[in-house]
Amino acid sequence: MTVLDHRHHTAVPGWLPGATAPRTDPAPLLPDVSPVRVLGTPALEKHDPALLRELYRRLVVGRRYNQQATTLTKQGRLAVYPASTGQEACQIAAALALGEQDWLFPSYRDTLAVVSRGVDPLEALTLLRGNAHTGYDPRAARTAPLCTPLATQAPHAVGLAHAARLRGEQVVALAMLGDGGTSEGDFHEALNFAAVLQAPVVFLVQNNGYAISVPLTAQSAAPTLAHKAVGYGMPGRLVDGNDAPALHSVLTEAVERARAGGGPTLVEALTYRIEAHTNADDATRYRTEAEVTAWREHDPILLMDRALRELGLLDDGLVQEAADEAEALAARMRAEFHAGAALDPMALFAHVFAEPTPQLREQAAQLSAELAAEAEVEH
Amino acid sequence: MNQTAVPLRTSTMAQALNSALRDAMREDPTVHVLGEDVGALGGVFRITDGLTAEFGPERCLDTPLAEAGILGTAIGMAMYGLRPVVEMQFDAFAYPALEQLFSHVAKMRNRTAGKLPLPITVRIPYGGGIGGVEHHSDASEAYYAATPGLHVVTPATVGDAYGLLRASIASDDPVVFLEPKRLYWGKAEFDPAAPVEPIGRAALRRTGTSAVLITYGPSLPVCLEAAEAAKAEGWDLAVLDLRTLVPFDDETVCRVVRSVGRAVVVHEASGFGGTGAEIAARVTERCFHHLAAPVLRVTGFDIPYPPPMLEHHHLPGVDRILDAVARLQWED
Repeated sequence: MTVLDHRHHTAVPGWLPGATAPRTDPAPLLPDVSPVRVLGTPALEKHDPALLRELYRRLVVGRRYNQQATTLTKQGRLAVYPASTGQEACQIAAALALGEQDWLFPSYRDTLAVVSRGVDPLEALTLLRGNAHTGYDPRAARTAPLCTPLATQAPHAVGLAHAARLRGEQVVALAMLGDGGTSEGDFHEALNFAAVLQAPVVFLVQNNGYAISVPLTAQSAAPTLAHKAVGYGMPGRLVDGNDAPALHSVLTEAVERARAGGGPTLVEALTYRIEAHTNADDATRYRTEAEVTAWREHDPILLMDRALRELGLLDDGLVQEAADEAEALAARMRAEFHAGAALDPMALFAHVFAEPTPQLREQAAQLSAELAAEAEVEH
Repeated sequence: MNQTAVPLRTSTMAQALNSALRDAMREDPTVHVLGEDVGALGGVFRITDGLTAEFGPERCLDTPLAEAGILGTAIGMAMYGLRPVVEMQFDAFAYPALEQLFSHVAKMRNRTAGKLPLPITVRIPYGGGIGGVEHHSDASEAYYAATPGLHVVTPATVGDAYGLLRASIASDDPVVFLEPKRLYWGKAEFDPAAPVEPIGRAALRRTGTSAVLITYGPSLPVCLEAAEAAKAEGWDLAVLDLRTLVPFDDETVCRVVRSVGRAVVVHEASGFGGTGAEIAARVTERCFHHLAAPVLRVTGFDIPYPPPMLEHHHLPGVDRILDAVARLQWED
């Protein structure tokens, strides 16, 4: 008995003999007809008030984080910042759905998820500051480096989850992707591998409407992106990506299903990128202000605020606590990013290989001599 | 099979590679093989023959047919402490995996400041000479050698096939292991218990005083044949087998070139932007005053790999090598 035993099929009477027979009934894999929602529905009352208050607090802090990072970019303290403003519910729910032993595989827009996982903002933003590629220890944080080539981290999540399962460890990997990323070949290959191996992986697609400037209608003709799951033999879930408790519930269910040996899930979260792609982008060239305004009315914090007030869960104390925490984080980010980054040019040669090759030793000596000459000129 | 009673094994290169995989898997439970048809079939070249039977499908995994997915999955496995050995079925079939190789395998150690090394071996049967139709004969080593962060190893003998594959699997750095498929079926004796040399050392296969042929992988036997034929012309040719392209063994190459003063680089990949250009440049930069003639290259033409009935015109042969040796300015 091995973890791969599910790969043996039995022929179905009336079909052609052997492996061409149907494997599974597609009906249970189909995504929800309309996105799962909790806020503004009776389902909200079934949620743990402590969790709802934590989600609210984290959303407020997360929004401030996005604002501060965007400001730091305008001040030249970050090289670039792809904001997740408007997508904070996805970022926070993804981090909270995972246990300490699980692994997160973020893309470049997911630094808030990384921070929500407990990584210091200074470390999470190192790539975007430009002083190093990765600021945190991926093993310690159980968080892969921020991935820039779209969807290429998705197969890594599959491999890691598969390896953990082979070792008998209850580890789930969650890969964060965008709507544009679902067009990449690596997305397809990762989902196919995950389903074939029944790897404990959750794929979270934050469908924010645009891949830089290209709208979803030009990206995919699928009924929904969640429907893509069915072709791989895994369930697809569709969820309101600005409804934090709905996301938390759908993602937690997918994570626990994976942990229990139920295999992978594809979750499509419908959200919106309120800011431009990055500070270098001009969103007015491809979308209207009216569209952005409509989405501001469906803002994750606004939805949460309204629903919690109705339930009597949002008091002045919590509002103040969240605001204070947000301001403290922003102040710390300003202080840390306004200090100069420590740079060590010789570190460029430190981790190309376990041991530098003779050629790299020569080149390191060359750079070292250049640095010494520069230092002499400065004196 | 009793290894201690029979210290020397006579086998083909294919069998030696199979032995290396089996021995590595026996010694280290973190070694996992994955690829297309590597299970029941034993790979299209039978390099993984019997591994699934001995170690189970979890250790030797038949994957879906998707090279980026295979390598991407291997990356995740390596991140979790396994030591994957990936089989790409043919040289040109590895291209879908190049993004995973170039953007992640080659860079992960560097972009995580050493926190996530990826001890992955990517085995790729490469090169022509077996009558393969298109996309089955590419000599693709220059792409890999030009990518910082990858070691590039290519054995030319049965003993090196075993020893260098063991060393590659044991390496904590990613290795692109290029197997010269036209040498798969050549037989020789080798000692599996011989101490494994570290990758990165060239081997002088034949001493000589007139000039040195610098080569690797599938072109080694051609060069040895050319050196033998050169005796009739009065030339005493040395033959140097690089064995690894990265790290490059400047020390041995320069020592040999300085001692003979003339060099020809031989490989079957196209010449333009090929490894021969790099080698000629390195030798010229380091050994200029020891050279009696420019370093010449004998390579495949700068053409897409030809159909099998014409490939012998493309591949460097004895005559083309001897023509190059004749142009090494002996009259001066």
